[in-house]
Amino acid sequence: MSSTAEHAESHAHGHGLGDAVTHNAAKFGMWLFLGTEILLFGGLFAAYALFRAKYPDLFYESHKKLDVTLGAINTIVLIFSSFTMALAVSASQKRNRNWLMILLSVTFICGAAFGVNKYFEYSAKFHHHIFPDTNIFFALYFMMTGLHMLHVFVGMGIIFALIIMAKQGRFKEGNRYTPVEVGGLYWHLVDLIWIYLFPLLYLIG
Amino acid sequence: MSTHDHTEEHHTGLRAYAAVCLALFVLTAVTVYVAKFDFGDFNIVVAMLIASIKAAIVALYFMHLKFEDKLTWIYALYPLFLLFLLIGFTIMETFTRVPVIK
Repeated sequence: MSSTAEHAESHAHGHGLGDAVTHNAAKFGMWLFLGTEILLFGGLFAAYALFRAKYPDLFYESHKKLDVTLGAINTIVLIFSSFTMALAVSASQKRNRNWLMILLSVTFICGAAFGVNKYFEYSAKFHHHIFPDTNIFFALYFMMTGLHMLHVFVGMGIIFALIIMAKQGRFKEGNRYTPVEVGGLYWHLVDLIWIYLFPLLYLIG
Repeated sequence: MSTHDHTEEHHTGLRAYAAVCLALFVLTAVTVYVAKFDFGDFNIVVAMLIASIKAAIVALYFMHLKFEDKLTWIYALYPLFLLFLLIGFTIMETFTRVPVIK
């Protein structure tokens, strides 16, 4: 296999070395950032592990107050949004602007649906007088899902920016689609964290 | 396979992505179903095992880790090692404390 430099120079579209290197560097930079994100949540996962080990009965009793159906629906919504995001990256690689915009919009709507669902969940908890200071389980529940929700909102902001960029024709033939791929990586991480939050909080407590 | 320029497409088509998505849906259903049974201390092991399979699928296929170079793999896995240290040692420390005043 030829080196990146030769590969890029002989490339049909005539991009310089700069584009390929920039693309790979941006992707690598996002992976690095995702590592720090995992450790940000990691502190909370460590707290969860510690308190669950100390108060297993409290965790078990408290987790039964969470709505498994709503949690499962949100899991499905988020996985589906990862699916459409992956397809959006494919569409951007194929320079298919219409599909790119449709798929990014579907992903955005899924994120919004997740937020609406979470709003109803939080409201129901407050209605039953369950607050972050109710006990350590709910403190962790609100903190972990809240921080995750913040990431969903940031992800939606990124996807919205990508839709605008696509509309402006930024990902046309000859242009880099790096922002779509890097934004996609971030969105998948949000899905990835939820994959752990769902069973830990809703299913086993 | 270690270097890519940005026009090289990842070898995943609509069908493959749909299969990945379906697999994740099925695993979600499995983890909800399995949670109805009590395996005692193994509840968390089973739940984390299924979650980790799902996470691996997301990373490998949706995040294209399967097609990434070694360096990306190292930086993707290194935080997991740190996470292991963080959680492992926190637990170990807490449960091996000797009470001084009792």
